[in-house]
Amino acid sequence: MEYDSQLRSPDLRKYIGKLLLQKEIPQGVLSSNHFTQIPSINRKTFHYQCHRCGNNKRSLFGKIPCGLCQKEHLYCRSCIQMGRVMECEPLFYWSGEQLSWPSYDAPLTWEGSLTDAQQKASNNLVQAIQEKEREHLIWAVCGAGKTEMLFKGIEYGLKVGKRICIATPRADVVRELKPRIQDAFQEVPIEALYGGSDDRVGESQVILATTHQLLRFYQTFDLMIIDEVDAFPYHHDPTLPFAVNRAKKSTCTTIYLTATPRQNLLLKMAFKQLPHTFVPVRYHGHPLPVPELKMSYSLHKDLKQKKFPKHITNWITNRPKPNRQLLLFVPTILLAEQVVKNLQDITNGRLGVIDSVHADDPDRIEKVDLFRIRKIQVLVTTTILERGVTFPSVDVVVLDAGHSVFDEAALVQIAGRAGRNKKDPTGEVLFIHDGKTNAMVRAIQSIKQMNKRGGFSL
Amino acid sequence: MNCLWCNEEIMNEINWSTLVFPTKQKNICKRCEENLAIITGSRCNHCSRQSEIRICNDCLWWKNYNNGKDTIVFNYSIYSYNNDMKEIVAKWKYRGDYELGYLFTHSFGQHFRQKFKSKKDVIAVPIPLSEERMQERGFNQASMLASFLPIQTKELLSRVHNEKQSKKSRNERISSQNPFILKGSINNSVILVDDIYTTGTTIRHAADVLVKSGCPEVFTYTLIRS
Repeated sequence: MEYDSQLRSPDLRKYIGKLLLQKEIPQGVLSSNHFTQIPSINRKTFHYQCHRCGNNKRSLFGKIPCGLCQKEHLYCRSCIQMGRVMECEPLFYWSGEQLSWPSYDAPLTWEGSLTDAQQKASNNLVQAIQEKEREHLIWAVCGAGKTEMLFKGIEYGLKVGKRICIATPRADVVRELKPRIQDAFQEVPIEALYGGSDDRVGESQVILATTHQLLRFYQTFDLMIIDEVDAFPYHHDPTLPFAVNRAKKSTCTTIYLTATPRQNLLLKMAFKQLPHTFVPVRYHGHPLPVPELKMSYSLHKDLKQKKFPKHITNWITNRPKPNRQLLLFVPTILLAEQVVKNLQDITNGRLGVIDSVHADDPDRIEKVDLFRIRKIQVLVTTTILERGVTFPSVDVVVLDAGHSVFDEAALVQIAGRAGRNKKDPTGEVLFIHDGKTNAMVRAIQSIKQMNKRGGFSL
Repeated sequence: MNCLWCNEEIMNEINWSTLVFPTKQKNICKRCEENLAIITGSRCNHCSRQSEIRICNDCLWWKNYNNGKDTIVFNYSIYSYNNDMKEIVAKWKYRGDYELGYLFTHSFGQHFRQKFKSKKDVIAVPIPLSEERMQERGFNQASMLASFLPIQTKELLSRVHNEKQSKKSRNERISSQNPFILKGSINNSVILVDDIYTTGTTIRHAADVLVKSGCPEVFTYTLIRS
């Protein structure tokens, strides 16, 4: 009985379903036989693998003369941000009694309604969870209302006492999702985990997390929802799918959400290995804005000379609806700051407040909030705002759309920032380039295709 | 070879001169290297701070504080402490990414040869970590830097555990007690090696101990002047 009461104590709950380093567990807790050890780094003649992050690149292993055991051995450089994994220290996972998560009778406090298309996706989702399908993809165009589609699925999960994780590669998306999910499930404790978040423990039934944070979890989730699965760095960094897979129980249902599935998922769908639901219309029933291409022959020269192409300024000042805010995407941080300066010089304050935001900007969260409440009229941004964020009424311009950071998925997502509000369901999308790329052409094709599948004639 | 910092593959430029005189492979890529700011132009002759004055006010204060003669002859630093450097140091020291120290193998040796060439019979003494900190980190970054130097290294000092310097204010640092103890005897001149010179308190504490037991001259060589 003492065992049982220990488990109820909040001190121990935070270790359940985790994979931890020795120094992350206090000595007293460690000696209580609740944990099983596994070796931290698997070493073969020509092959190393870190058991926490799955990293097996030789360049991401380092050698360190260990001050404790007076020997030189390996450590993993890939997941070092989460604490150093050393060859001489094992990893520990919780193997004591498992906690049964509470079942809620009516956890959903959201009172909105779903459109027909959303309802269909929502039903498919609940069915997938009920029938314990392994994987299900929801392919919904930008602005289809993906989050609302999830609510019924999460509600069902909570009713039967499942542990649920909503993971996404981007911290911004986690920050944006947290209040919306918490609003919809007011009674349910929800934690949001991302680098620099206030919540750090990860002991609640519902976890919102960046995929990085899942490196600390071990076979604990019954329902895994991965939002924006095609986003950087998830599709780029093999340690993240590894972490997500390890955090799942063997019976887990995985739901992928995206507007722009990549080759691997498209192929799986084509071979009928991945059940999926396609949602081709936005929640307000209007088509996606189709981007317009605009050639600017001297674009690179102008940017190099720190000028701003004149016909673009003209376009910006003579937009059909000048009241809309402007979201201007640029490929690099350096350019973002330079463009702000140029625009300010050229327009002399006619456009209102102009500011820039990028990944290294300490005020990025505040600036995005200011833009949302219309305190900033023109926001120059790198690709960090390409997805997962909603602004009511914006026109979108991509400067130098031929740059390699703007791949097809990025351009489709960027175009999807326009016209997301019921009151202003359209928006201008302009790609400025000095030579068409395949990515631009394919992005426009796929947007037109999605509109067609949504029943809009071109 | 991949860049130790950004892990991108390093592509060496091939032209006639590199073909005839192959350069040594670097472990940092060009882009990352450009982000590290080497202190150039005029600097304080005494502490390597970037400044127009020959001896900065802090150094005058130290001279005054030590009754007219500072304990160290001078400090030489290579880099200034910009944001990129802060990130590297944080990952190297506090996260414990040992390999990152090798980013500085080349530059730490090269600048040493330029600046300390004329000094004969000197030995390098790294600033030690306390026992507790060593347990936590597993390596001493100053010893690592000292091992890049072409002279003999001796671990002459030991350190009593106290709070991290980087968590204290300037005044708290300067007035803190001397945590260093000498382990052996010393007749040669010494170059104290550390990673960062911030207020100069740590190295002056160490220098104090050395000078008091008969060390003729103490120079200090630090990677970063913040």
